[in-house]
Amino acid sequence: MKRHNWGLYAAMVCGYLLLYLPILSMIVYSFSGSRLATVWGGFSTRWYVQLFANEQLISALGRSLTIAATSATVAVCLGTASGLALSRFGRIPGRGLLSLMNSSPMVMPDVMLGLSSLLLFVALQQMLGWPERGMSTIMLAHITLTTCYVTVIARSRMAALDDSLEEAAMDLGARPWRVFFLITLPLIAPALLAGWLLAFTLSLDDLVIASFTSGPGASTLPMVIYSKVKLGVTPEINALATLIVTTVGIGVVIAGTVLHRREARIGSTD
Amino acid sequence: MSPRNDPRSEGFWSFWDEVVRNLFGWFRAVGREFRTRRGRFLVTTLPMLWLLLFFAVPFLIVLKISFAQAVFGQSPPYTALLQTTPNGGTSLHLNTQAYALLLSDPLYIGAYLKSLAFASVSTLFCLLLGYPIAYGIARAKPIWRLGLLILVILPFWTSSLLRTYAMIGILKANGLLSQALAAIGLMEPGSAILHTDLAVYIGIVYNYLPFMILPLTATLMRTDFTLLEAAADLGAKPAQSFLHITLPLSMPGIIAGSLLVFIPAIGEFVVPDILGGPDALTIGRVLWTEFFTNRDWPVAAAVAVSMLLLIVIPTLAFEYYENRRTDQDAGP
Repeated sequence: MKRHNWGLYAAMVCGYLLLYLPILSMIVYSFSGSRLATVWGGFSTRWYVQLFANEQLISALGRSLTIAATSATVAVCLGTASGLALSRFGRIPGRGLLSLMNSSPMVMPDVMLGLSSLLLFVALQQMLGWPERGMSTIMLAHITLTTCYVTVIARSRMAALDDSLEEAAMDLGARPWRVFFLITLPLIAPALLAGWLLAFTLSLDDLVIASFTSGPGASTLPMVIYSKVKLGVTPEINALATLIVTTVGIGVVIAGTVLHRREARIGSTD
Repeated sequence: MSPRNDPRSEGFWSFWDEVVRNLFGWFRAVGREFRTRRGRFLVTTLPMLWLLLFFAVPFLIVLKISFAQAVFGQSPPYTALLQTTPNGGTSLHLNTQAYALLLSDPLYIGAYLKSLAFASVSTLFCLLLGYPIAYGIARAKPIWRLGLLILVILPFWTSSLLRTYAMIGILKANGLLSQALAAIGLMEPGSAILHTDLAVYIGIVYNYLPFMILPLTATLMRTDFTLLEAAADLGAKPAQSFLHITLPLSMPGIIAGSLLVFIPAIGEFVVPDILGGPDALTIGRVLWTEFFTNRDWPVAAAVAVSMLLLIVIPTLAFEYYENRRTDQDAGP
C-alpha cells in the first residue's frame, strides 16, 4: 500500500480499543488495593491472595476444568467420526440429517439448548431413573454443543485434504481403519487439536446451558461468577478473570505459533 | 474362470484346490466388505444417534411441553398430553394456553421487539465497526496480517461472561467510558451507562465483533484489489470504486457475518441480564425467568418455540441467498 489511509487506521484503532480496553482495565484494577473498583488504591496483590483462599471458587474451577476436558475429548471423537462420514463416505443414507443436526446447535441460542437438554434429562430420569442431574448432565449437554464445532473443523480440514494419499494406501491394500489411523489422523491432527481447544473453552465459558442442566452442589465456575456478579462487583473476580484471560491468551498464542510453524514446515518440505 | 473348463486342470485334486482357494478368497472379500461397511456404519451411526438423542429428541419434548398446562407443586410441573379417561381409553389434551398468553400479554410481544431491536442495531454497528478492521487486515502486509488476526481472535477464546463482566467496569458511573462521555459533555457527570439499553448495545457489539470481522476478512482477502487500481486509472473516485467494486464483492462476507452476529444475539441472555436494566427484557431473559423464577415450564417451552421462528427465518433467507448466488456463479 503506497498511500496511507489515516481514516482507516483511526477506525481500526477504535475497533481494537473496544476489543481490548475492558480487559486491560480489568487487569489493571485487579492489582488495585482499593475495594472500590473505580478508585486506584495502590499496587496490591491482596485480591489474588483472597482468591486462592476462596474454597467455593477453587472447587468450582476444578469442576469446570473436569467437565471441559471430558466433554472436549468425547466431542473430538464424535466430531471426527461425523466429519469423516460427511466428507469421505459420499452419499450415505442419512447424510442430510447428520449435516443438519451438526450445523443446527451452532445457530441455536444457548437458552434454547439448555432448556431442551434439561427437559430431555427430566424425561429420561422419569422413565429410566437416569441420569442424575449434576456434572454428568452438564457434560452430556456440552458434548452435544461442542461436537458440532469439532465436526465443522474436522470436516473442512478433511475436505481440504488431498485424498490421493488415502487412495494410494487403499490401493496398496491397507484396510480403512489402518488408512485412517496411519494417514488421515496424522494429517488432521492439528485441526483436531484446534477443535479440542475450542470445545474446551466453549465448555469452560458456558453459563446458560450449565445453569439449566446442573443439579444441586454442581455449580460450575461461570455459575459461581454469575451469582457473584449479580450481587455486585467483587475484586476477586477481577483477579480470577485476569488469571484466566492471561492463561488462555498465552495458550492460544503458543498453540497458534506452533501450528503456524508446523504448517510452514510442511509447506516448505513439499 | 470356472476351473472345470480350464484346460490346464489336471484331475480331481487340483480342481478342489481351486475351489477351496476361491471359496476362501470369496470369504475374505465378504469379510473385508463387511468390516468396511461395519466401520462406516459405526462411524456414521454413533454421532447420528448421539445427536438424535441429545439434540433432535429434546426439541420434540420442548414442542410437546409447550402444549401442556402448568401444574405447580408436582414433578414434573405440567400435565400429560395423553391422559387415561375413566373408561380406560386415552385422550389427547392439546393445550394452547401458553401460546395464547404469548400473543395476548404485551410483556412477551415487547420482549420480541426488544430482542429484534437489540440484535439488528448491534449487527449494524458490528458491521460499521468491523468492516474497516477487516479491510485493514486484508490489505495489510503479510507480516502484520497474522498479528492483527490473532488480536481479533484472542478475545473470542476468552470467556464471554468474563468479558461482559469487564465491561461493567467501563460502563458504570465514573467508569472509563462514562467519564469520557461526560468529559465531552454527552452525559451528565456521575451518571452511568450501565443498566441502560445503550450498555446492552455496546455489550453485544463488543461480544460479537470477532464473529463479524472473521468472515469479512476471509472474503476481503480473496478480493482482487487490482480492480481498484484499474478503476482509479479509469478515473473513479475512491468512494465510487468502494461502492461499485469492494462492497458488492464482499457481500457474501457481510451476509455471513451479519447472520453470525444476529442469530445468537436474538437469544442472548448474559449481556442484557448483566449490563441491561430491568426493562432490557429480551426473549432469552423471559425464557430464563419463566423457567427459573416462575417455574412455568409450558410457557418457557412456548417462548423457546417462538424464539426458534425468529432464527429460522433469517437462516432460510440465507440459504435462499446462497443457493441463488451459487446458481449465478455456476451460470454464464
